[in-house]
Amino acid sequence: MPTKNIAGKDIQVNEEGFMTNPAEWTKEIAAEIAKEEGISELSEMHWKVIDFCRANAESTGAVPTLRTITTGSGVSTKEVFALFPKGPAKKVARISGLGKPEGCV
Amino acid sequence: MSDEPRKIAFICSKGNLDMVYPALVMGWAALGNGIEVTLFFTFWGMDMINKARVDHLEIPPIANTSMKMNMMGIPGYIGIPQIFGIIPGMTAFASWLMKKKMKGLKVPPVREYLEMMVDGGAKLYACKMSVDMFDLKKEDFIDGVIDIVTASDFMDMTEGAQIVFI
Repeated sequence: MPTKNIAGKDIQVNEEGFMTNPAEWTKEIAAEIAKEEGISELSEMHWKVIDFCRANAESTGAVPTLRTITTGSGVSTKEVFALFPKGPAKKVARISGLGKPEGCV
Repeated sequence: MSDEPRKIAFICSKGNLDMVYPALVMGWAALGNGIEVTLFFTFWGMDMINKARVDHLEIPPIANTSMKMNMMGIPGYIGIPQIFGIIPGMTAFASWLMKKKMKGLKVPPVREYLEMMVDGGAKLYACKMSVDMFDLKKEDFIDGVIDIVTASDFMDMTEGAQIVFI
């Protein structure tokens, strides 16, 4: 399994750059990956989405889809696309330290 | 990867439920992956954006050789005799069943699906020729339909896009 140094820690990632062990995730890592994704600073709204994804993945065992996020987090579709522009599905999952979303909607 | 974003355009030409969902599912996935999405509605696909029709799309069992009775919980792949397909209520039943299955998968109804795609940045256009043929006006369409355009306009606006005809 390849590792990548993010925020001073060696983190396990897969070929596509998704973290493979959610337990290694920290807020500093999230901020670092966000920068890689072109988001210079994570706002309160960003955290609302990220916290929802982490909690949802933990309780369901599956990485939430965009639709799960927009119907469950209280952040609308428009807002999610504005917060994580150009590909929110993958960006949110990467920043949240989760794998690719499972499911099509 | 080049800096130019990937673009994809779907030509939606059918109004039967089973032919309506592919563009929605793939288009939504594309938006989620940062791909620019355009939807062009023509012919029977106009039903998807017609306010009066979008909530009443159906799927007929007749002439649909893939629709087997296992959808209703009957084991094996036993076909629905075509003669049954013409019984009044069969199309309504098949449509109800498909909508129920979709709901079980947490797939939103077509109107809501299009709303979330517009919110995600998808661009919706109606085909001029079909609009004229069906005597429709822009007011007949759901919010989010940007304009009524010609085939030539569509070609101009999808330069460099991958085009999927459904």
